[in-house]
Amino acid sequence: MSRVIALVDGNNFYVSCERVFKPALERRPVVVLSNNDGCVVSRSNEAKALGIRMGVPFFEVRPLVNSHGLVWLSSNYALYGDMSARMMTLLGEFAPRQEIYSIDECFLDFSGIPGSATARARDIRQRICQYLGITTCTGIGSTKTLAKLANHVAKTRNECKGVFDWAELPAAEQAALMDKLPVDKVWGVGRKFAAQLKRMDIHTVLDLRGTGVARIRKNFSVVMERTVAELNGESCLQLEDCMAAKAHIQATRSFGRPVTELGELREAVMSYVIRAAERLRRQPSLRTQVTVFIHTGKYRPGTPCHSPATLVPLAVPSDDTRRLGAAAVHGLEQIYRRGYRYKKAGVMLMGLQPVIAAQTGLFTADQPSRATRLMATMDAINKTYGMNTATFAGAGIEQPWRMQSTRRSPRYTTSWHELAIVAA
Amino acid sequence: MTPSPESGQRPYLPFGIPLTPANDNGRQWLPLGASKVSAGFPSPATDHIDQCLDLTGYLVLHPEATFFLRVKGNSMTGAGIHHGDLLIVDRSLEPASGRVVVAALNGELTVKRMQRSGNGITLKAENPAYPDVTVAADQDLQIWGVVAHVVHTP
Repeated sequence: MSRVIALVDGNNFYVSCERVFKPALERRPVVVLSNNDGCVVSRSNEAKALGIRMGVPFFEVRPLVNSHGLVWLSSNYALYGDMSARMMTLLGEFAPRQEIYSIDECFLDFSGIPGSATARARDIRQRICQYLGITTCTGIGSTKTLAKLANHVAKTRNECKGVFDWAELPAAEQAALMDKLPVDKVWGVGRKFAAQLKRMDIHTVLDLRGTGVARIRKNFSVVMERTVAELNGESCLQLEDCMAAKAHIQATRSFGRPVTELGELREAVMSYVIRAAERLRRQPSLRTQVTVFIHTGKYRPGTPCHSPATLVPLAVPSDDTRRLGAAAVHGLEQIYRRGYRYKKAGVMLMGLQPVIAAQTGLFTADQPSRATRLMATMDAINKTYGMNTATFAGAGIEQPWRMQSTRRSPRYTTSWHELAIVAA
Repeated sequence: MTPSPESGQRPYLPFGIPLTPANDNGRQWLPLGASKVSAGFPSPATDHIDQCLDLTGYLVLHPEATFFLRVKGNSMTGAGIHHGDLLIVDRSLEPASGRVVVAALNGELTVKRMQRSGNGITLKAENPAYPDVTVAADQDLQIWGVVAHVVHTP
């Protein structure tokens, strides 16, 4: 029996969340910026119409604030996380199996559910819009790759009204549509592979679908081979019910101003390790390597550039913030050069190793090590009393290098002190 | 498992342990045992303890669709809604005529009693000092949600 997979996502998710509690933002160009107000990460349709691209540094589009009434907001992850959790719970009621793929999208397995998949997707759209005020788009296909591509079609063609199912088109029309879609719209292809495919005279989705296995195998990895099979309706990717431990855990931030001193860089790197390590311990696994990098940025011609990175192996796999931090700071000291104006730093925890000994329980004989208990205690304190309540002095106290999120909206749904106001 | 609308309570596991959706912001009550163990005679009430009363389960029937808002202003005092009160708004409820709703009007959230009529919607204030607002059918009005409860501190 052929599978029926749907990919549902929230349109312009962060902007949509903001608009729910501030209707005055409707019909205006709105962007939400990344952590620390660096880049554009979500755009209203009006902002897209102004030509603002995804991921563009905010300063490039800042003039539009005065010329076109562009509204910009810092990201409010407490709000987006809560709205996402609500949306995912509601979506989960529409299918027996769900894979939450990111904060605003999930796969649903409609296989074997009687009735029209398109009608089901319209119910989803109605339900999420009524309950949460967020508009969704749904793409439906017999594989995850086709569902993802269908979602792109649903989103870009007005006549679809937010829902598109490949099965509703006869084969000839499917091919005609795929011939109009550039190959970089395919999940996992991206710009780099698209350029390579172009050199092989593969331009459209239809071209890629019709490319022989041998030719793909010769030029690409097995991932691309699977992509081509999935485009042909042969399901290779399963729904993953729970997220597997991530191979890399990364924490990167731009600074609020250029940083030249090693001391400040040390604080920044340490604070990123704290964040990354906290996330690491939420998906229990250990790491064998820490990568640290610093960037001077490329936006000022004439200033000297220095963007080094280094990988520091750990003697013993660890999830201990202190060990990971020491490695990262050691790496930083190797790559730092005096006289450069650094704009950004980051750390990556790599070399995934499962935690071999299962977590010890309350009543088992062997107690967890002091380090494990210390980290668990810190995590528990920070979970209860808020981020960075218990932290490491190495991350600095005042953190003058940190960029401010100056325009975060209230945490409407997660803080009693920041509820939305309703006029009576 | 969904909360049953009749009882206003969540389904319960044995021993009075409520089943709560993963993202419920409400508190969860997890009794460690039906009662503290007494060293002497067992409490004669042990067999009769039913469950803890969970106020969130009573007030919030559809956690995913429910939002809390803070009231500012006095136009709805006649409906028992006062300045500073907490509104529990359930967006899953149908905004039938006559219900107190939150509406998005002119870019602002406002709470009023909604009355549907032939030529549009009237948002009625429940305080004679405030005017009603009649919204023409083509005017921009969005019913944001239905007020399920008001939490008022006297």
